Amino acid sequence: MSDEVHYVDARRLLCPLPVIRAQDAVAQLKTGDMVIVSSTDPGAKADIPAWCRINGHQVIDIKEQDHEIIITLCVGDC
Amino acid sequence: MKQKRKAVALISGGLDSMLAVKVIQEQGIHVEGINFFTGFCVEGHTHAVRKKHKDKQKRNNALWVAEQLGIKLHIVDVVDEYKDVLLNPVHGYGKNVNPCLDCKTFMVKKAVQWIKEHDFDFIITGEVVGQRPMSQRRETMPVVAKESGGDDLLVRPLSARQLPETLPEREGWLDRDKLYDFSGRTRKPQMALAQQYGFTDYAQPAGGCCMLTDENYAIKLQDMWHNRPSRNYELDDIIMLKMGRHFRLAPYLKLIIGREEGENNFMQGYKNQFMSIFPTSHPGALCLVDGEFKTEQEKQQALALVARYSQGKNDAQVSLTIRQSDGTEQDFTIAPMAPENINKEWLI
Repeated sequence: MSDEVHYVDARRLLCPLPVIRAQDAVAQLKTGDMVIVSSTDPGAKADIPAWCRINGHQVIDIKEQDHEIIITLCVGDC
Repeated sequence: MKQKRKAVALISGGLDSMLAVKVIQEQGIHVEGINFFTGFCVEGHTHAVRKKHKDKQKRNNALWVAEQLGIKLHIVDVVDEYKDVLLNPVHGYGKNVNPCLDCKTFMVKKAVQWIKEHDFDFIITGEVVGQRPMSQRRETMPVVAKESGGDDLLVRPLSARQLPETLPEREGWLDRDKLYDFSGRTRKPQMALAQQYGFTDYAQPAGGCCMLTDENYAIKLQDMWHNRPSRNYELDDIIMLKMGRHFRLAPYLKLIIGREEGENNFMQGYKNQFMSIFPTSHPGALCLVDGEFKTEQEKQQALALVARYSQGKNDAQVSLTIRQSDGTEQDFTIAPMAPENINKEWLI
């Protein structure tokens, strides 16, 4: 894992836009970079981890606070 | 060593594209999926927002299908490019505002571009001859292949033996005898093949999540087009058509009243874009005002209507606030509108 942390604000966006925003951010990054995605769509809790599994990225943490879902992922096989 | 061929599959999240991928994987082809986000596959939005759908799994079916098949999925945002497909369909609309033939052609054309950029060999779709009245007819399927530029790189594994041979078949990358000859509207052959592959959980009907084929959605979209100077739209416009009850009070004035807590919460996010009305004396629905009040009567009608959809609907009076998009607020007290005074023509 690197120290590089990138933030994706996907609040108020509905499925599949949070996934698309995460996907577009990850495409610009290198293995080991960290991405924190904030979403208000409950579907993101299932969709972003599914997208990570099929594309070979790791979900490090999923938190929920104040109707917000915060998913931390690591790019590539960390 | 024999070169491993690569195909990209248009994945809708339904059963047909799932089966098409599996059929091709069985022939040793590397398959990845592509899914186009037009803004109109909004079933997921309502599931996410509305409690009514709380028993439905909040999942993106295309992602779910990709995971079951063990393939990568590339989701492509085509919202802006898709406007031209919807607004100017060369082949017209279907029963509602569904430009299915132009839509399929557009998606295959995008896939053609994608395989060139990513060095893939051909494209597959889950189309079945005669399955759908517009884009999946024997006469129109060759139109999609030709106008998209997909030509003989476009393989429809479920109906391939009903169609002319494609390049992957001629080159021996695919064995035509192991492809299928499904046709017609029956789903029985697909169900049987699903059972053979052990697929028990899949979205039904295939491809049925496009809101443009939904009559109620189409009426709201046409109302929006009819009452605006231009048919052009933004993503927020088409999402809002799925939210709340829509009341058209005048050509320049529409009210969107939330139907439940989930919608009210979601619509709160638009309070800085729209004027809004909400009850303060009772719990109740949030209303977004699309347009403006040109008369005092319109304002009173809007307030009374929003009061009607609050928990104070049977009380003599309800207090409400009108909030402008810049945050300035004004308070009112009004009698809720009696049901018989709600003009049926208002409801879109």
